This record gives sequence, structure tokens and C-alpha cells, in this order.
Amino acid sequence: MRAARAYLRSPAAVIGTVILLAVVVMGVGADWFYPGDPLGLAGRPLQWPGQNPRFSLGTDSSGRDIAAQIFHGARVSLLIGFVATSIAVVIGIAIGAVAGFYGGATDTVLMRVTEAFQTLPNFILLLVLVAVFGSTIETVTIAIGIVSWPPVARLTRAEFLSLRTRDFVQACRVQGLSDVHLILREVLPNALPPVIVYASVVMAVAILLESALAFLELSDPNVPSWGNLIGLGRNVLRTEWYVSAIPGVAILLTILGVSLVGQGLNDALNPRLARAR
Amino acid sequence: MTARLTVQGLTIRLPQGADRENAIEDVSLTLNAGEILCVVGESGSGKSVTASAAMGLLAPGLSITAGALDLCGEDLRNVTPDQWRGIRGRRIAMVFQEPMTALNPLMTVGAQLEEMWRVHLGLDTAEARRRALAALTEVKLPDPEGALRAYPHELSGGQRQRVMIAMALALEPEVLICDEPTTALDVTTQAQVLALIKDLQVRHGTAVMFITHDFGVVAEIADRVAVMRLGQVVEEGSAQAVLTTPQHDYTKALLRAVPALAAPVPRTLSDERVLEVRGLTKTYASRGVFRRRRPVRALDDVSVSVRRGATLAVVGESGSGKSTLARVVVGLLGADGGQVTIGGAPLPTQRRAAARLVQMVFQDPYASLNPRRRVGAQVAQGPIAAGTPARQAMTEARELFCMVGLDGDAVDRYPHEFSGGQRQRIGIARALAMKPQVLVADEPVSALDVSVQAQVLALLRELQQRLDLSILFITHDLRVAAQLCDEVAVMRNGVVEESGPIGAVFAAPRSDYTRSLIAAIPGKALFGA
Repeated sequence: MRAARAYLRSPAAVIGTVILLAVVVMGVGADWFYPGDPLGLAGRPLQWPGQNPRFSLGTDSSGRDIAAQIFHGARVSLLIGFVATSIAVVIGIAIGAVAGFYGGATDTVLMRVTEAFQTLPNFILLLVLVAVFGSTIETVTIAIGIVSWPPVARLTRAEFLSLRTRDFVQACRVQGLSDVHLILREVLPNALPPVIVYASVVMAVAILLESALAFLELSDPNVPSWGNLIGLGRNVLRTEWYVSAIPGVAILLTILGVSLVGQGLNDALNPRLARAR
Repeated sequence: MTARLTVQGLTIRLPQGADRENAIEDVSLTLNAGEILCVVGESGSGKSVTASAAMGLLAPGLSITAGALDLCGEDLRNVTPDQWRGIRGRRIAMVFQEPMTALNPLMTVGAQLEEMWRVHLGLDTAEARRRALAALTEVKLPDPEGALRAYPHELSGGQRQRVMIAMALALEPEVLICDEPTTALDVTTQAQVLALIKDLQVRHGTAVMFITHDFGVVAEIADRVAVMRLGQVVEEGSAQAVLTTPQHDYTKALLRAVPALAAPVPRTLSDERVLEVRGLTKTYASRGVFRRRRPVRALDDVSVSVRRGATLAVVGESGSGKSTLARVVVGLLGADGGQVTIGGAPLPTQRRAAARLVQMVFQDPYASLNPRRRVGAQVAQGPIAAGTPARQAMTEARELFCMVGLDGDAVDRYPHEFSGGQRQRIGIARALAMKPQVLVADEPVSALDVSVQAQVLALLRELQQRLDLSILFITHDLRVAAQLCDEVAVMRNGVVEESGPIGAVFAAPRSDYTRSLIAAIPGKALFGA
């Protein structure tokens, strides 16, 4: 309750929530606003925004409605962001929790694996994964999740390392409770706030990674994503720059929204840090 | 007598939403040259706020709403931050409770000390060094030359506090404020540091404001005493008058709560030894690639035993191995050698089986409860894991809450809704929920105020009689041990120096160490030995 009130009092959090909600409404209502296939031919190619009242944001080089692609693309971007983040957070928490809680050899092995993942630039790793497993929307999402978990694991591990020796955890050991109980019921709820905050960063990066893949035309070409639109606009960048710029602004706003929500969560969940700033 | 620091009708407002309106209300104190004024009070009494106001270090959110604050006739209320920098250190200095956090860990002690003269007086390095050496010699550090080159972590707690005192007195301030300077120290070190403060105060004629919660310390050091409660000064007078003929009921209650160092009337003890520890050894191994640390023998052939229905106190200073012993007995730590037997059988290594035999009460009531779970669930979870049906376990938890003096309906609340003393009661209820044969209490009252301490000790005594509990009681405080315990074992550097019935050990200590421990207890003359 207290955290919820602190969240709503932060202007950053409110602005972020409004932006994010707008994107969600766009994505959810895409079929209602722009029924029909957004990738279907709609009119003459490369019409500037405002040139034709039917296409408020113009058309791209294949004559597809940009506004329809933006609305449908919101759905894809959010879905990729959300699912990939969930994958990253689940893997990260599982590995970080076990490493931090048990320490010793378990910790060493798991952290070496984590570091192995971290030393590879994650975009390169993503390219390799997509090159090997193909670029359908499912593989792209899973691949993004797989390259994003190491920082989550390190953060969770650090929290567990400091929490596992606390008296309340020791007290539960003395009460004869199992390790599973200690990890899930005692330590994890206390370790979660910074991880939740970090998840917003993961989500922003996930959306960016998908766009970057699409820009290189390595994402799924059969879904209307913002990145695909930017990629298509690349060929006409000097003359019809709006084709790339419009989805670019959409990505910018979405990531701004996610980051502001993350900052609001941070202020609400770590009130002491917020006051110090 | 000239007044160095006068506080007149000072009122400091707390931010909105705090538990009371003002941190301190209408506080008037006078600190004269060449005297030690002890400000005594329990946590939340406003004694530290008073001190930080005098240093111009009020926490953000606090504001002075009325009253005056004068240093030798100079008004301190409207001093600018720049002027404060000239006053702090040079005219008012402070010694903090925890010397490790008050010193910069990355600078040598010498560099930090020399800074005082270089920054405030603009002296050159050689002269500053000469003065630093003289200052460290004055606070009686064993090797002043070596201490100059040492980093804070290389010194012991007592040595660090001596450095802090040297630093505070470096510029011959008119007023020295000591905020619980000996609370974090062992009792023998505390006695030395108190003697040092008193000695330096006499020699320099400094006015000292000494903040403490411990009436023993007051009796050792104070010329005058001010007793604070909930932001108000309830009584003020000479140390002799306040300690021997207190006027205010609160002072009387506080003084009554100070445990006397008299051994309790010996009880007839059972011959059955429910907990036996034989030849226990535990070494913390050296680790690290670049520097080889000396292995620490935390337990060295320790043998103690607890009789059924009786209490054994394990007494020792920090580093004596007493907490390690507690953790080995409850199975949180494995021993390198030796044996722990409970009720005639070795302590099972399986966590769930051991839980029925031995339980633990922890030191810090704020750290030992999970802040995110209801307290009832934390008490009931042990029995539930051991196979008791959930509903029955919750009913039992309610009964236990009543037994430890809490409301049965409090089971649905979260830890932050309770005070420190209440949390410690919850900790006791949690331990008793498993119906253990032996209760290990690791410094269960050392984080509590003296009046709350007395209540928790009384509760433990009552529970012991009612439930025939056998208790292994770890403490650094001989007074506390004397309150509750039947037998005592004195530990030092992992070795049991002396053990026996508590009356015999106190009356005729056989080891020198026990004798020095008893001699170092502050306020012995006043509160009886």
C-alpha cells in the first residue's frame, strides 16, 4: 500500500505509466483501429504523412499503411519485450538464487557460466542464435531472453549473498525448514525489489534488440514490427526519411515509458535511496 | 564555573507522520568548563538529536522551532554552513559510537589526524606529523609510531576509539561531545577508554557532553546528569544526587532496572545434564590467494554442560568464541572436533530432527524476523514443517503469543509494527513453538533498552519455571548473567577459562581474567558487587 502511494506520487512514474498504457491500448486495439492485414497493399507507395487523408502517417515504399503498422507493431514490440524479459528474469533469478544461496563450488560453476555468457557481446550472440535457429518471432523472442539473463543472475546472487546470512534466515534453518522454503519464502521476497526494477531495463533493451535485428532484416519479416519498418525505410532514408523516423519515435517513447516506470518502481521500492537523491 | 554550551528551551520538530510532534521539547542544559555532563536516556529519548543540534548536524527534515543554543555566548542558531566548518572540530568536537565507520578506511590513521592541523590551522606536514605523534602518545596507544602508519582496520576497536578521541581533542576544542563512545567496546576496553576520557578532560579542562544509555557508565564518569525521556529532560542534578536520591519516577524506574551484580540465591539443580558439549574445536581456516591469514581458533577444546531446568551463562568479550559455540550447538555451524549431545544422544545432523531438540533466540530483534511475512506465520512455520496441521500450529502460535505477553491477535501483523522488546518476545515464542529440550539464547537482551531488558529477562525466568526450560545463555554482560543464570562459564580466545556455580565464580573468581572482567564493570561501587 505504502509502495503504491509512493509510486503514484512520483511524476516520472505517472508519466511513464501513461505512455506505456497508451502503447498497450494501441497494441490491444490495433485490430479495431486498423482492421485488416497491416502488411497488405493499401495505396500508392511513399505518400508523405498528411498527403492523403486515408493515411495519416503516410505509406512506406511498398505502399503499406504506416499508421496500421505502428499500431500492430506496438503489439509485437510489447509482446517481445514482455516475454523476453520474463524468460531472462526467470533464468536469471533461478541461477542467481542457487549460486548466491549455496555459495562455494556451486556458486563458482554457475558464475563462470554467467561470465561466459557476459563476455560475448550479446548482440553478436543474438545474431548467432537467430542465424542458427531461424528468425521466426518465437525464436527471436527466446533468443533475446537467453542473451539478457546474466545481469539479472548477478544482481539476484548479490542480494542472496547478503540475505542468506541474516538472522531471520538462520532462525528458519534452526526451525528445521527446508532449503526450498528458505529460498522461495524467506530470501526471494526480500531480494526481489531491485530485480523488479532491473527488469524494466531488460525490457527496454529487449525492444531495442528486436529493432536492431529487424533493421538488419534478420527479424521475422512476416510480422509488422517497428524494427522491420525502420529496416524498410533504410533504402529511402535520404528522401523519405519519415518511414524510418516514425517507428523510431514510437520506439523512443516506449522505451522512455518503460524506463520511467522502472525509475518510479525504484523510488517506491527503495524509499531510502529515493530520499537521498 | 563558566558556561561553555547553553541550551535554552530548545524545541526541535520532527517531520510529519513521526510518532510524536517534537524530537525534543523545551530542553534546557548547561555545560560548564571542566565538567562532564552525562545525558542519559533510552532509545528515542532525543539525546542524540540534542547532540547533533549542538554540532549543527541535524538530520534533514528536523528543524529548530524554539529556544536558543549558545557556545560561549555565541548564538549557534543562525550560523552559516561556512562558519560551522570553522566551529566543528576546532571549538566543538565529537566522538562517535562506532569508530570503524567514523574513520576513513582508505587513509592511514596518521594522514587523517594530520589533516586536522593542516586544514584548520594550515600547519605544514612535518609539524602536523609531530603533533599527531604527540596526540597518539597522549591517548596511550601502545605503539604511536606504528599507529600513525596503520589503516583503521589494523587497529582494535579500543585503539580506534582512542584515535577518534585524539582526533577530537587535536585542536583543543572548548566542548567535546561523546555519543555512546564505549557502547561498541568490550567491558575491559570500555573501562580503559572511560578512564582516558576522564583523564584528558581534567588535563585540558574540556567541557564534555557524554551521551549514554548505561547508568553504570554514568556512575563512573559523570559530574552532572540529565535524564531524558521522550524528548524532555525529566531530571537534572549532580551525579551523586541523581544516582543516590533520584526524584523523578522515571529515573527511579531506570535505576531499578539496572541489574545488580549479586548472584541469585542458589537453587537446587537437577543432576541430569540435558546438553553436554565435549572437547569442541572449531578453526576458521585461512583463505585468500595473495595474503595468508592466520587461522583463528574460535573454539579450543570447549566442554560445558547445561543441567535440566537450569541456565548456563557463557560469558566473554568479543572474539572469545561464545557465539561460535552457540551456533555449533544449534547446528548452524559444523565443528572440527568434539561432540554435542542433547538428552544423551548426539545432535542429529539433519536440520528437521535437530529443530525439535534445540532452538535459538537471536541477538538483534530487528534482523531476526523476516520483514515481509506475518509474525504468526513465522512462529507457526517450524511446527508445520515438522508435521503439525496448519490450523493447530496457528492456534498454538496464538497461545504462545499470550504466554510471552503479547496479544494473541498480533499474529496477523508484520514485524515493523512491533517495538524491539516485543520483537524479542516473538523471537522467544518462535523458539518455544518447537518445544525444544534446550534453548540457546545468543545475547538476547544486549540490543534492548535497560527497562525492556529487565522485562525480557523476567519473562525468560518465568518461562523457565513454567516450562522447565534448560537454557544456554550467551552474554558479554556479567550483570545480565547474574540476573538469570545458575552456572557460568567464562570464555576467552576460544578457551573456557573458568566455570562453576555463578555465586562461587563471582565471589571467588579463580582466573585473573574473570577477576579483570568483574573489575571492569562500570558503576560497580554504586550498584553493588
